[in-house]
Amino acid sequence: MKPKTTAATNRALNNHERPALAKAPTGISGLDEITLGGLPRGRPTLVCGQAGCGKTLLSAEFLVRGVMQYDEPGVFIAFEETEEDLTKNVASLGYDLADLIRRKKLFIDYIRIERSEIEETGEYDLEGLFIRLAHAIDSVGAKRVVLDTIEAIFSGLPNDNILRAELRRLFRWLKDKGVTAIITAERGDGSLTRHGLEEYVSDCVILLDHRVKEQISTRRLRVVKYRGSTHGTNEYPFLIDEGGISVLPITSLGLGHTVAAERISSGIPSLDEMLGGKGYYRGSSILVSGMAGTGKTSLAAHFVQAACRRGERCIYFASEESPGQIVRNMRSVGLDLGAWSKNGLLRFEAARPSLHGLEMHLVKIHKLIEELKPKVVVFDPLTTFLSLGDKLETRSMLIRLIDFLKTRHITAIFNSLTEGGADQEQTEMGVSSLMDTWILLRSIETNGERNRLLYVLKARGIAHSNQVREFLLTDHGIELVDVYLGAEGVVTGSARMTQTAKEKATAQSRQENTERAQRELEHKRRALEAQITALRTQFDAETQELEKEISQQKQREQVLKNNRTQIAKLRGSNGPSSSKGASSARERE
Amino acid sequence: MALAKNMKLSETQDEQWILRLYVAGQTPKSLTAFSNLKKICAEHLHNKYRIDVIDLLENPQLARGDQILAVPTLVRNLPEPVRKIIGDLSNTEKVLVGLDLRSRS
Repeated sequence: MKPKTTAATNRALNNHERPALAKAPTGISGLDEITLGGLPRGRPTLVCGQAGCGKTLLSAEFLVRGVMQYDEPGVFIAFEETEEDLTKNVASLGYDLADLIRRKKLFIDYIRIERSEIEETGEYDLEGLFIRLAHAIDSVGAKRVVLDTIEAIFSGLPNDNILRAELRRLFRWLKDKGVTAIITAERGDGSLTRHGLEEYVSDCVILLDHRVKEQISTRRLRVVKYRGSTHGTNEYPFLIDEGGISVLPITSLGLGHTVAAERISSGIPSLDEMLGGKGYYRGSSILVSGMAGTGKTSLAAHFVQAACRRGERCIYFASEESPGQIVRNMRSVGLDLGAWSKNGLLRFEAARPSLHGLEMHLVKIHKLIEELKPKVVVFDPLTTFLSLGDKLETRSMLIRLIDFLKTRHITAIFNSLTEGGADQEQTEMGVSSLMDTWILLRSIETNGERNRLLYVLKARGIAHSNQVREFLLTDHGIELVDVYLGAEGVVTGSARMTQTAKEKATAQSRQENTERAQRELEHKRRALEAQITALRTQFDAETQELEKEISQQKQREQVLKNNRTQIAKLRGSNGPSSSKGASSARERE
Repeated sequence: MALAKNMKLSETQDEQWILRLYVAGQTPKSLTAFSNLKKICAEHLHNKYRIDVIDLLENPQLARGDQILAVPTLVRNLPEPVRKIIGDLSNTEKVLVGLDLRSRS
């Protein structure tokens, strides 16, 4: 058994008592996951479907990849196309059959059966086919064989009984040869194949379907039966493009993905601030919802710009605007996405999903992501392709997409357009529960103008701000401003400016009042001081006056006293001393 | 009797019939076909024919040229157009119709 057993294969095999069923990987992306390893090795597999559903291509890819990836040469027995046609047809998918034939890795035999040329005249068998097949297998040492479409022999040769017996012998012979074979067959009415080949090839049956629903065609693949092995039983959409076939087996994924604790900036510092200061978790899914013109694209573009600055690869899936338009519009808010697009970090992928249908669109998304391995993807807007299928279908597709992104640690922004009148906090498909972070953009109309608001509705695992911020688109990017919550609700825009101005005015007048009071106080103090000075001056003046009076009084008294002494002297009491006389006079007094 | 390759039973210059009988080994079916063919040619073509017997077991690559799938297959290469008759040629009527020696009724 070749390598390439996934964990799932091992599990599936362990559940079986039988020895492990050897499988031959097809190399077709997705198919090996559905079949848990590939087609049954050494046995024939029936691939059936209507005309144009990709049977030949699937078979051809099985052979080519067998040669290129697993070094297993192959034989293609074509009943419907000539070697040249086949080579030409698959060349459009990038396969060079001619080269493989030259290198003796591939052998193509075209078997043409013309009923009109053939007359049956008795017993015959298909030994000729066996010989050709054996010759083809031996000439390249083939391990893989394709018979496309063997049912052609029923229309080309008479006598169904002989043919049936010979086919039975052929499939047994193929098993004995040990080649892994694909037998293709046309879908019949009410049965898998027109000629009941499923009776003979019963190990593995793969049904291809090509349905048109609402004018959109989708190819689907289903493993109807796989004897001895578990397999994905759903219908899986598949895509045929320049790289061959890709099947989308995403429902097989579980929720076992690892998570990163790393945080990455949203590209808007103030939004990072609202998200606990560090931004989103790496690998998380972010839903940005809002009505038309609320700035969803700008928000996503900031994130892209930040990622590109970190040197991370981004893919921008635009489903409503052309890349040129986005680049131009984002330039007006100061973002130069064109430069990143030019140096290859940013890849725009613009297509209307209605072009391919929802599933095809998602298959393409998958392919591109697998190919470019981006760190960041943006879906702008998600709503366009949610509107395509029915609710259940789109929701399951979206779950697959998100799971897929998470297992690859890709941070994704989904922009969702909310219809006017719809509940703002509800998204079309109820996708919000799938998202880790939900940023709500609203626009409110007041005073004859619309203003944008941003609110982090949820952010799993992040201590996020509970504040509503006003969201401004300036020529140098997004700015978040605190809004005013007044009595009449949230105040934004020019009303906010008015409010700011008003508050400024109030503050100013308050300040003026204070200043005036202070001035008054000063004034009063000065007045008081002046009064005090005046009073003191007056007091001083009065004091001086009084002192002067007092001294005058004293002087006068002295004079009087002197006079009295003089008089007493004069009266003749010749006292021994005038002083004595004076003192006795004082005593008398 | 052995089946020889390129066995020439008869040759004539005017209106040459070239018939190839493809077989896969000496199976009862191929032997029957060969003897039936010889009988029919002797009866209806009178020395104007040549029969090449090709054993695909020996030359498997020759099956491609005449687009052989069933054996035994008798191919009328000349006169044109090419006709193919499969089976052991036991139904003489059908062989004659197939070789355009008798008109279809």
